[in-house]
Order: sequence, then structure tokens, then C-alpha cells
Amino acid sequence: AGRGAGMSSGGSLGTMQRLVEQLKLEAAVERIKVSQAAAELRQYCVQNACKDALLVGVPAGSNPFREPRSCALL
Amino acid sequence: MCDQTFLAIVFGPCDRCSREKPLRPVYIKSEQLSYCSICVEMMATEGLHENETLASLKNEAESLKGKLEEERAKLHDVELHQVAERVEALGQFVMKTRRTLKGHGNKVLCMDWCKDKRRIVSSSQDGKVIVWDSFTTNKEHAVTMPCTWVMACAYAPSGCAIACGGLDNKCSVYPLTFDKNENMAAKKKSVAMHTNYLSACSFTNSDMQILTASGDGTCALWDVESGQLLQSFHGHGADVLCLDLAPSETGNTFVSGGCDKKAMVWDMRSGQCIQSFETHDSDINSVRYYPSGDAFASGSDDATCRLYDLRADREVAIYSKESIIFGASSVDFSLSGRLLFAGYNDYTINVWDVLKGSRVSILFGHENRVSTLRVSPDGTAFCSGSWDHTLRIWA
Repeated sequence: AGRGAGMSSGGSLGTMQRLVEQLKLEAAVERIKVSQAAAELRQYCVQNACKDALLVGVPAGSNPFREPRSCALL
Repeated sequence: MCDQTFLAIVFGPCDRCSREKPLRPVYIKSEQLSYCSICVEMMATEGLHENETLASLKNEAESLKGKLEEERAKLHDVELHQVAERVEALGQFVMKTRRTLKGHGNKVLCMDWCKDKRRIVSSSQDGKVIVWDSFTTNKEHAVTMPCTWVMACAYAPSGCAIACGGLDNKCSVYPLTFDKNENMAAKKKSVAMHTNYLSACSFTNSDMQILTASGDGTCALWDVESGQLLQSFHGHGADVLCLDLAPSETGNTFVSGGCDKKAMVWDMRSGQCIQSFETHDSDINSVRYYPSGDAFASGSDDATCRLYDLRADREVAIYSKESIIFGASSVDFSLSGRLLFAGYNDYTINVWDVLKGSRVSILFGHENRVSTLRVSPDGTAFCSGSWDHTLRIWA
């Protein structure tokens, strides 16, 4: 809601021709099976889990945000 | 005296075939021309021909769309969460607000981390852009833009400059100087010019080029030094709201999301749209690549976040709950890609298990919409910005 006006997708000949060309291009994309793609996503997660501080946490003191901040006495 | 009006018959050269014939007035695009009767017939049938071509193209487009769906469906042999069944479940998360950055006078709209994993740039509705040290919460730089609603901001890879823009339809670059006497606004450089608001911007892998997204429906790549337009990306049917560059290892592509409910993947060199996805039911507010570059997540006003795999060329997961009815404004992955953090218009942040599809945590704290969210470059924390005027660092 409240967005600025974008391009209108008119029904003119030129626009339709471009759309058909674009769809032909997209239809020709080489695809792999979801099972293979999903397995690789899972593998990436598992392989990198140990480095993911928000996932596994890090040894106390090595996360600068979790350290208590020193208070300076003025 | 009679009231009859006579149709004056004009004799002369036809505006179309130039032959000397009795002419009739015809109206083409509000212009009056004079055609002979044969040309009037020809024009009528030409119009018909164009309509037939348009109809046949529409049919071709529909059948191509159907074929695309069929091809995608053939490879849909399993769900992501099924493949993830044997993966260890996640434990309880203790994530709290560790810092609160206060100083903006109005809604925080955007933020970005510096590569040094410590500094943050944020922009606000009141026109202010602030650079913070997130460890100490000190403000290091501040500049007031000539416009309100600074919807986009980004840190340069070198850490020596920031880019921002919004209702001014431009993206400007400000070098960051540590000279206290220097006025930051004086060194401003206008780089991008759109014909509508700037919704997102990002430096590419150097300080030399900026990628922008705009309410004018396009994305564009600019040379910072000269302000020259290097490439433009046309294809969205409405405002483009977000973009994200592919991780540098995977090459020159980026993904954009818009009010046309589409997420589009582009080749930066050719300007070509390589893949597009249209499964959301409303505006896509945020897109973010999975860390490996093989997938991306999106957050939408339809209250869902979704995961699209680029090699399978389809949506592979939906992150939603019946109880979540407000739009997701901003999404980002944890370092390993296992967690998806999403900020919502109901003031909360939901943490999703990307593989299993379930919500693992809900974070409260902001007192208004969460508008922006980014994980730090080394994954030790994430920052959220909100319409409640503050930014929070969570870890």
C-alpha cells in the first residue's frame, strides 16, 4: 500500500513479444532434482555449523557482544 | 430552409496511398487523417491483424508458463524438510538484545554492517544517516540528507564510504572522514538517478560500483566515480523493493524482489533476467542469498518467508504459521545457512530452522515494526532496525 507507480505491464505487441522471448529463455534453464538440491543445502549447513556463532554459540569471552562492557568511571 | 447536414465529399490525395480519390476522415491516435475507401478497409483489417497477433502471443505466453511449471514439477521429487529429517534438531536458543542504538529521531528504515564486523550505518525517515560503533554504541558520523524517507543505505567494502538514498530518487555516496572539522555533506557525490524512490542499494565487491533498486520498476548498475549508468535491468512490472548480490564465489548475479510479487535473478553483465519466481501472494520486501549462493530467501507482505533453490529452479520451502499474519519486512541467514532471521510488521523477529521449516524462536523487544535486519559479516550477531527509532544488536 502507498507505493509509487511502477511500470505498467501493457498489452502492447512489443511487451508481449519480449515476454514470450523471456519465457522461452526461462523454460530452457537446466534444472536438477529437488532431492539433489536439498541434499546440497543440507550438506552446506552441516559442514559450516561449527563456525556459526549464532547457531552453536562461541566460547565465553570470544563474542564481543556477549562480553560485559567495561564501565568507565568519569 | 432544411436542417439537413451534408457530408462534404473531399477529393484529393489519400494520406496513406497518395492516390487521388474521394476521401473520408479517419482518426488515428487523436489525429485526423483523410483516407480513400480502400485504405479505410485496409486499416480496419490491419487493426484486426494486430489484435490477432497479440492474442496468439498471449496464448503462447500462457502455454510457455504452463510448460515452465510442468518442467519444474517433474523434478519436485521430495520436500526439503524430508531431506532434513535425519539432521539433528536445534536446541533452545538464548538470543537477547546486547546493545540498543538510540539516536534516530524517527523510524529506522535501513541498516548495513561494515566489513570490520563492528561499524553499522543506518538511515531514517527523518533524513538522518548515522554511522555507529556497535561495540560501544557511540555515533561516529552523522549526516542529514536533503530528503525524508532515506529507505536505503549501504557500507562500502573498504569501510571508507557509505551510500544512501530514498525519496530524492538518487543514490549518493559520502566518503567517511575522521577529520572532526570536515563537513560530511560537503563531499557528497550523486551517483544514481532514478525516476522514482530509491528502495535499495548495495556496493558490488568494490567501492567502484553500486547496484540500485527503485520504485520506478528497474534496477541499475552505476560507476561511482563518473556516475555513469553501466547496465539497467528491466522486467519487474511494479516497484522493486529489494536486492541482494550473490556471494562473490558464485559470480556476477543478483536477485531482486518487487511489488509485482516476483523475485528475479539477473546477469549483471548482460542485463538479462536469468530466472524468475512468482509464488508469493503479495509484495516481496526482502531477498537474501543463502551463504552458498545456491538459493535465496524472501520475506513478503503475505506473512510468509520462502526459500528458492536456483539449481532446482523452484520454491523449496515456505516459512509460515497461521498465527503469523503480518508481513515480513526483512530476512537474513546465519553463517551456515541453518537459521533464517526474519523481522515482521508485528514488531517481532522470528527465527526459522531453514532445513526443517519450523520456527525455533521468537524474539520480542522492538516497540514497533521491524523494518531492517542484517547478520554481521562474521555471524557473531545480527542487527535489527525498527520504526520505534532504535536499532538492536542480538547475540
